[in-house]
Amino acid sequence: MSVSGLKREQRKYIAFLLAPAILVILVFTTVPAVTTLSYAFFKWEGFQRGGFAGLANFQRLFEYPFKDQFLMALRHNVLVFIAIMILQTSFGLLIAYSLFQLKRGQRFFRTVTFLPVIFSLVVVGYMWQVMLDPYYGPINMIINDLGFESFAKPWLGSTSTALPTLVFINLWRWVGFPAIIFLAGLNAINQEYLEAARIDGATEGQIFRKIMFPLLAPSMTIITILTFIGAFEWFDLPFVLGGSNGNPAGATDTLALMFYRLSFGSVDSNANEVGVGSALGVFIFVIVGLGAAVGQHLLRKREVEQ
Amino acid sequence: MIAVLTSKLFFRAVLVINAILVLLPVFFLFNSALRETNSFASNPFALARDPHWENFQQVWSDGEFASYLKNSIIVTGGSLVVILICALGAGFILGRYNFKGNAIIFGFILTGMLIPAKLAILPLFIQLKWMNLLDSHIGLILVYASGALPAAVFIMSGFFRSLPSDLDNAARIDGASEFQLLTRVLAPLVRPGMAIVAIYSAIPIWNDFFLPLVFLQSPENKTIMQGLTVFFGQYASQWGVLFAGLTMAALPLIVLYLVLSEQFIKGLTAGAVKG
Repeated sequence: MSVSGLKREQRKYIAFLLAPAILVILVFTTVPAVTTLSYAFFKWEGFQRGGFAGLANFQRLFEYPFKDQFLMALRHNVLVFIAIMILQTSFGLLIAYSLFQLKRGQRFFRTVTFLPVIFSLVVVGYMWQVMLDPYYGPINMIINDLGFESFAKPWLGSTSTALPTLVFINLWRWVGFPAIIFLAGLNAINQEYLEAARIDGATEGQIFRKIMFPLLAPSMTIITILTFIGAFEWFDLPFVLGGSNGNPAGATDTLALMFYRLSFGSVDSNANEVGVGSALGVFIFVIVGLGAAVGQHLLRKREVEQ
Repeated sequence: MIAVLTSKLFFRAVLVINAILVLLPVFFLFNSALRETNSFASNPFALARDPHWENFQQVWSDGEFASYLKNSIIVTGGSLVVILICALGAGFILGRYNFKGNAIIFGFILTGMLIPAKLAILPLFIQLKWMNLLDSHIGLILVYASGALPAAVFIMSGFFRSLPSDLDNAARIDGASEFQLLTRVLAPLVRPGMAIVAIYSAIPIWNDFFLPLVFLQSPENKTIMQGLTVFFGQYASQWGVLFAGLTMAALPLIVLYLVLSEQFIKGLTAGAVKG
């Protein structure tokens, strides 16, 4: 039915039902998003906007004292993306394939696999913080009991192990997500392909490499892009476990934490830098947007029609 | 034959080991909530044979905690009401009416999915302050609703589109108004979509601490996950009480998940799985 065929009454009705959703999105998402872009081009004094600043805020991001923090945080985001991509994708795929092989009891194992995904990162973070406690935490106690005393470490407290430990906790919380996406991908594969390959004498390994893995390309695309976005906006877990400064000594600092400090001040000082913060926000937004777009374009090419 | 058996065994083992790695920390969380703090030093995994329920009592009698929980229920529930009402209306119109501007409005709503709320936090903060909605549950509810609505409208319009158009015509011939068509005929049929939207929206809202951290200042307004950051500092050395608090914050979702695991998995992966 087209609107021209509707009475005035009905047109009003359409507007009435659409307006709430549009209004809420416009006021609380679109307007702030557009303003955040403009913020980066002004001088700021606390939360007071000053004159036009041109590109000065972007420039300051690459000058003392911001440059070192910025480059270190960026490096952490890149490392975290690579690590999460490798670990969560391969373990997720392994779990998905194992679930796929299972004829009975799949429901139980699937429920267990996805369970950590519903946990709040605050609960996950604190739970692991206690478990990793250097003196009384069960993890180090197990390591000691097994006779590897030299491996018992202050996992979250030392600069060399803090970031990898966060990646591990992230793996615990998230691996069920790719596993379920891959499982859905495996279930969507036409069983006749697999049957035909088996009749032709293909081994299960060959079937996985030559048929299943290529047909999982759409799942791989979505996982890669979501992982990319998640890694470059990584905030909750590092904030819960390392605070806004990325403790210890900035070892767990990320772009999003730096953005938060610049926006609202840090533990050490309440002074904020809204202009530089907004410039960083724009930078993160561009990385995420470009990365997702380019990634989607490249990965889509690998996908084949069933 | 042996190769097939060992490979079957291998994949079985993967699942069992994974289940242990998932469940052991969760067991540790619940079990520790019932133990006396002093008993941890000797054996962190020892079963809480005589459960110390008073840990929970202490968490509860710490007046703030009950109020954190109440606030989270208000914020999550309020957001859900706004999201479901808005998404039902907009999804119905965009999914079932062909009119000029439909595609443009749909496109506008979808761009909302691309904007990460975290990066717009500064203007949002200043805007809420200006609207007098800072440190208020209503302000927080509207921001959450705005973040969840694009995907919610997308999901609902898909469900509305999938219903046969004969339904509308039959209802109209029977004299139903457009409003009755929505509320009496179609709304009951898109209930599965509403369940997906509800789960997709409610879980991240319940679990979130970032927006409350920025927008809520008064202790009496704080939500549970934000409150936990305060609570964790207070009870850092009393593990029993600490774990009782973490358990109480996590338990509502765990119980719901065990009852509705299929819907949870569908709802939380709704953005990533086609169909």
